[in-house]
Amino acid sequence: MSTADIQTVSHTASNIDQQFVTEIVTKALQAGASDAEAVYADGDEFETQVRLGQVETLKESGSRALGLRVLIGQRTASTSTSDLSAEGIERLVSGAIALARITSEDPFAGLPEKEAFGKISGDLELYYDDVYSLPAQERIEYARRAEAASMAADTRITNSSGSGFQAATGRKIMANSRGFAGEYQTSYCSIVVQPIAQAPDGSMQRDYWYSHARSLRLLDTPESVGQEAARRTVRRLGARKIKTQRVPIVFGPEIAPSILSEVLHAVNGDAIYRNASYLAEKLGETVAGDNITIVNDGTMPGRFGSKPFDGEGLPTRRTVVLNKGVLESYLLNTYTARKLGLQSTGSAARGLAGTPGIGAGNFYLEPGTAGQQEILAAIPAGLFVTGLIGHGGNSVTGDYSCGASGLWIENGELSYPVEEITIAGNMKDMLRNITAIGNDLIFYGSVACPTLRIDGMTIAGE
Amino acid sequence: MSHAPTQSSNETRQFFFERMGLSERLLERCLGEALSAGGDYADLYFEYVASSALGIDESLVKSASQGISAGCGIRVVSGERTGYAYTDDLSADRLLRAARTAAYIASGPAKQPVAGFREATSPALYPIAGSSVDAEVSAKLDLVMRADRAARAYDARIVQVRASFVDELRRVLVAGSDGSFATDTQPMARFNVHVIARDGSNSTRGASGGGGRVMMDFFLTEKTPEHFAVEASRQAVLQLNAVPAPAGEMEVVLGPGWPGILLHEAVGHGLEADFNRKKTSAFAGLIGQQVASPKVTVVDNGIIPNRRGSLNVDDEGSPTQETVLIENGILKGYLSDKLSSRLMGIADTGNGRRESYQHIPMPRMTNTYMLAGDDAPEDILRSVKRGLYAVNFSGGQVDITNGKFVFDASEAYLIEDGKITAPVKNATLIGNGPEALKYVSMVGNNLELDEGIGTCGKAGQSVPVGVGMPTIKLDKMTVGGTGN
Repeated sequence: MSTADIQTVSHTASNIDQQFVTEIVTKALQAGASDAEAVYADGDEFETQVRLGQVETLKESGSRALGLRVLIGQRTASTSTSDLSAEGIERLVSGAIALARITSEDPFAGLPEKEAFGKISGDLELYYDDVYSLPAQERIEYARRAEAASMAADTRITNSSGSGFQAATGRKIMANSRGFAGEYQTSYCSIVVQPIAQAPDGSMQRDYWYSHARSLRLLDTPESVGQEAARRTVRRLGARKIKTQRVPIVFGPEIAPSILSEVLHAVNGDAIYRNASYLAEKLGETVAGDNITIVNDGTMPGRFGSKPFDGEGLPTRRTVVLNKGVLESYLLNTYTARKLGLQSTGSAARGLAGTPGIGAGNFYLEPGTAGQQEILAAIPAGLFVTGLIGHGGNSVTGDYSCGASGLWIENGELSYPVEEITIAGNMKDMLRNITAIGNDLIFYGSVACPTLRIDGMTIAGE
Repeated sequence: MSHAPTQSSNETRQFFFERMGLSERLLERCLGEALSAGGDYADLYFEYVASSALGIDESLVKSASQGISAGCGIRVVSGERTGYAYTDDLSADRLLRAARTAAYIASGPAKQPVAGFREATSPALYPIAGSSVDAEVSAKLDLVMRADRAARAYDARIVQVRASFVDELRRVLVAGSDGSFATDTQPMARFNVHVIARDGSNSTRGASGGGGRVMMDFFLTEKTPEHFAVEASRQAVLQLNAVPAPAGEMEVVLGPGWPGILLHEAVGHGLEADFNRKKTSAFAGLIGQQVASPKVTVVDNGIIPNRRGSLNVDDEGSPTQETVLIENGILKGYLSDKLSSRLMGIADTGNGRRESYQHIPMPRMTNTYMLAGDDAPEDILRSVKRGLYAVNFSGGQVDITNGKFVFDASEAYLIEDGKITAPVKNATLIGNGPEALKYVSMVGNNLELDEGIGTCGKAGQSVPVGVGMPTIKLDKMTVGGTGN
């Protein structure tokens, strides 16, 4: 194949700038809006999948689109389009104005106050041009090497769901009628491998491992990703079901963020003002053990949850959500803050379509001092979770129930693999029953959590 | 072009040719460019989607939105390899450039696409005129306001109501280097209601929704806003008094309709041809073998009129069909797309689907359901000494390699001595796909399809699907609660 010939090209036109986006805001005002906010996003993506050493897919493309939110007094509507022609933009504007006339007056609707706008200064390390620097053949090699390393790591790895390498860049520009204009670029690259191991009885297990980063030079080597994927896959072989029981459950830093995400949903201002969260009306109260401090910080250089401004043009910031078990703040955008009589935490998240929602920056639980080995060593019988399946929690009631697989903890050590079980509890209790916190806070993604030991949850099995 | 098009396909072709500036000559040039480095097959997928959403929230119409998304995805297949590129700019220049990018997957002498396109006849499974996309905004406003009123009237403890009407009209044109040509206009509408009930400090949620490839009339006569509002409210109020779900293995009875998500997770994904071609599915090599109780027959059917999972043609332009997956407990076949069909030497079942022009098609389900049996639903419940009766689910997931699947019960009850007793809190059910259906001991005579709410995710792509099932009894399944 002739992939070596591919010249990495940027598909997206560069003629779109802040002025272009600001002009759309102006057009909306001229068409009758009292306030307007326009967002432009573009991106390029490259993706290749390799399976059993052969290229399976090669995808390369770019796209761009516009979103517009208008206000007529207290009425709001929004439109989006991938048609950036003059006619397309005309329709974007006229459509939004027409729609806004039919919506209701909402006293809490509106753009943020002028003095609230701003951006983080300084380099957040979100963009590196090196993600597109490799020729296609070398990108394919990344995936091929990772898969080969996983297959070579253990004779029980007999098949593969494939290995992928991805590179992407994106740009977001935002402007509104209250004088805000800003833009930022992001880059992303990843390697992922999903090997399959087979037991002597023919039963199969798969697992995966990955590395992703904003720069190629921050990626783990393909070999280390492949080897780790193999280790995670073969340790599942021979898994058995266990009896229904209550024992301590340990979540490592790869799995614990899933538990912390349940807290993230519960402090979402949208759920709070609706009373649709077990943490509603609990500001200032103790809702977790005094060993629990949870922070949301959108300003950490290089992290996946960082950005200079939020989806409404407010500067991102550091917010302590839980401080030693006391609920200190929710995550709020302008609308939910007004509904609750509070200030926005700079947590507005906005896609192209619709009104701004709420999103986290880097949402993490502060680490403790114990090593994971030390935490496991204190447990005579328990479960170390290696995989979760299903959707877990109900953020209204706090009830949590999720499919799980893992390794049985016997006399402080990991022993045989277990599967086809569920783990269940209620987040209100689980947050008070975290009896050990690891020192291993690792930012695999924007939600990060060190090793946790939670007592009192129910395992359902045989 | 030789074709026997329906009126709607004529209109769709006109839309792309006249409004979007396409021509047969341009399609042929793009296919020629796509095969300029060889390859076995190339196709072009043009898509133009107009969508709108309207919602009521706290009795206010807080938001209304609409969007346009258009583009073309170009694919080149060479052996097991696929090259793919897309563009949201449909000018000849950009289309030809995308074709050249996709062509890099192959390396050989240029091939010529078959000259001339043949358009197959397609059924007319859904309306074009009269779809909600043409309806006045005021008619949709009326629907969401009716839902708000009905939910609030249901019970004073309903404190929050959100209702929305979301619809789209998707026009597609698929042209292949083998001369295949298809167009379709696919309407989709969905009504959603979410409520919060509150009693003292106790809050619960309820959700309901549905729709399909239906006319606006559907929401005025068949499934009204009041229907969805009452259903969501009933669930939320019910949960106010729910007891902890039990934990452990027990007899489980699944109600009719949406609990068919069991089939989607337990067997459907595992029977998608790509996983079986690669032997990564727990079902690989099991064709002809007993994988379920003899009472179980499961089909995937893309040709039921107006259903959410139905399509006149799939996203590769192939005709959709009814495919038997399991017949009397014996595994019969896989769900295939063009690529797997060619590589495995099996029939293309018309299950090649994709989320949008930005995505590579792959085998996906349409409407997947179990055929009715002989048992009366009340006899099924009466036969259970101690177990769980689950009638509504919020979702599910499967690991197709080890076969383990979960589905999350949002409405379920204890069964004690053959009677339905207390409602239980949300709980996950877990089982093993190739084994779970062997424990089906009773199958009801009451097949129902879901109300049109399912969205299936696979490899990062979401597509609308349907499921269905009669009431069934599983002698053994693990229920993931916290109770005894």
